[in-house]
Amino acid sequence: MKKNVIEVKNLEKYYEISRGLFSRDKGVVKAVDDISFEIPQGESLGLVGQSGCGKTTTARSLCLLDPKTNGDVKFLNPESQELESIDDLDDDELKKFRRNIQMIFQDPYESLNPRWTIKDIILEPLNIHNIGNLSEREEAVKEILTTVGLTPPENYMPRYPHELSGGQRQRVSIARTLIMKPKFVVCDEPTSMLDVSIRISIMDLMLNLAKDLDISYLYITHDLAVARYMCNRIAVMFNGKIVEIAETEELLKNPVHPYTKRLISSIPVPDPKYKRTEYELNFNELDEIISNNPDKTMVDIGGEHFIATHDVKDILY
Amino acid sequence: MGKEVLVVDKLNMHYETLDGPVAAVKDVSFVLNEGESFGLVGESGCGKTSVAMSLLQLQADNAKISSGSIKLEGKELVGMTENELRTVRWDGISIVFQGAMNAWNPVAKIGEQIREAIREHRPDNTKQENTQKIEELFNIVGLDNSIMDRYPHELSGGMKQRAIIALALSCDPKVVIADEPTTALDVVIQDQILKELKKVQNLLGLSLIYISHDIAVIAEMTDNMAVMYAGSVVEMGPTANIFNKPKHAYTRLLLESTPSVVGKRKKLRSLDGEPPSLINENKGCSFSPRCPEPSKECKNQELDMKLVEISKGHWADLCCVSCG
Repeated sequence: MKKNVIEVKNLEKYYEISRGLFSRDKGVVKAVDDISFEIPQGESLGLVGQSGCGKTTTARSLCLLDPKTNGDVKFLNPESQELESIDDLDDDELKKFRRNIQMIFQDPYESLNPRWTIKDIILEPLNIHNIGNLSEREEAVKEILTTVGLTPPENYMPRYPHELSGGQRQRVSIARTLIMKPKFVVCDEPTSMLDVSIRISIMDLMLNLAKDLDISYLYITHDLAVARYMCNRIAVMFNGKIVEIAETEELLKNPVHPYTKRLISSIPVPDPKYKRTEYELNFNELDEIISNNPDKTMVDIGGEHFIATHDVKDILY
Repeated sequence: MGKEVLVVDKLNMHYETLDGPVAAVKDVSFVLNEGESFGLVGESGCGKTSVAMSLLQLQADNAKISSGSIKLEGKELVGMTENELRTVRWDGISIVFQGAMNAWNPVAKIGEQIREAIREHRPDNTKQENTQKIEELFNIVGLDNSIMDRYPHELSGGMKQRAIIALALSCDPKVVIADEPTTALDVVIQDQILKELKKVQNLLGLSLIYISHDIAVIAEMTDNMAVMYAGSVVEMGPTANIFNKPKHAYTRLLLESTPSVVGKRKKLRSLDGEPPSLINENKGCSFSPRCPEPSKECKNQELDMKLVEISKGHWADLCCVSCG
């Protein structure tokens, strides 16, 4: 049995909003509302859903970029091999801990500092965490550039981001992420801004790196076809909640939740002979599961295939 | 088979730059029939949008159509004056631009902006007639009439894109060009917009030119398609034929690099390397440096490139035909 690299329990992220005269009406937006999942070592979980469903907010809370409102997040400490809750860590420990969690952002045109050379960009995390001496750091940069396929590294190190193509920039983002030797990487639509032809080579690079370096991904995308290629398991998110989570092929073959069914039926298929059938919302199956399990929030229908039992009739139409 | 609406013959277009001319469209020819939908597919920078802009002659100032002809129902568009073109744009050919968010004027109401387009082309219409027309269009694309009095920022991305489609249809054009109409939208909305476009096309008998980099969308939307690479069409024919028997190495790679949610989970192939610079005159096959299995003649750039008909209506570049 593999250990989990991350365990998330009842994660919540609320944003307070106010409106009306003198902002007297207060309210909350439940961007992430009570979600739980875990990812075993070396496996990847896809987080799929429409724009605005809370995918990126989840990612940012996990990476400690935005403080969570509630819930428990546990990471595997690579030294002690124990799961540690991030709430229990003090600032120094937290800083040390952050090395293990990294993020790759969506847009390689915006996530790299245009006034820094590629070498500076990749060196920055090493400088911040004060790892090795100068020549060791430089060696590490060369090595990681070779790993992500930017060879020879000497050619790329003095260049600026604008001199590189989109695919090369995303490779730099990946190199910057991997230089800390993380065990868990959050990828926020890393290929959605790239051209079709480059997309696959970046996805293959990430898959190979995951295998070689034993990295787990939380892979965020709105495209189920991409998630299928990248992930062992897929979680479908809707309106701040995970509505269905299962092994990839199981989810695509036997979707149960009406939202998952709709999502799958709306993906175009690259085959002119294939006729997609339009899915009409049907809550019968979900209702049956809900009435059979009145006090569970997530029901396992077999083979670790979980369905959320909250009522979605008012919001899904 | 309907009659020919738009005939593009050996169109060449280049951009004048300080480094020399950039040949963005090279010898592109195709025919669009009435009621047909035609797909243009290829990676960024291959010249898809340049072709679309040449059809409407909305290119940037430094773009020059050096040769070729574009005939809309027999009328030659190349060489028309600006005033003549104004009557063709929107009346004859209209376009749904990429990124609906940026296509609207943020300080004018949606209805007013559509009315403006109709007023320009149908000056004799009364205001009531125009409003009626807009209501009709909104009905077709599935928008509520109250949207007319809204500003663009009050609408979601999908609604804005529907309204853009209504705008494109406002003067009953014969040809509608859809330039990546769904790239900025997420999958569920994309699906709705695609269905809407299909419905509208069938309802009004429109001819549609659909531009996309997503081969899956092209598969669903089009009857015929052309694959573009480095400014030229490398393969062209009925969509079903091309998916069934892709001839050109680039088409094959494009098809094998697209993930799908149905069928077996298969290893996808990646396309390494970069598209060639269009500044230099390339002789021979422009794809050969990236081709996984180039033939000897192909590699040495000895072949003069031209499209060859391999089966009825299915054309492919000479190099890949000789490769077998």
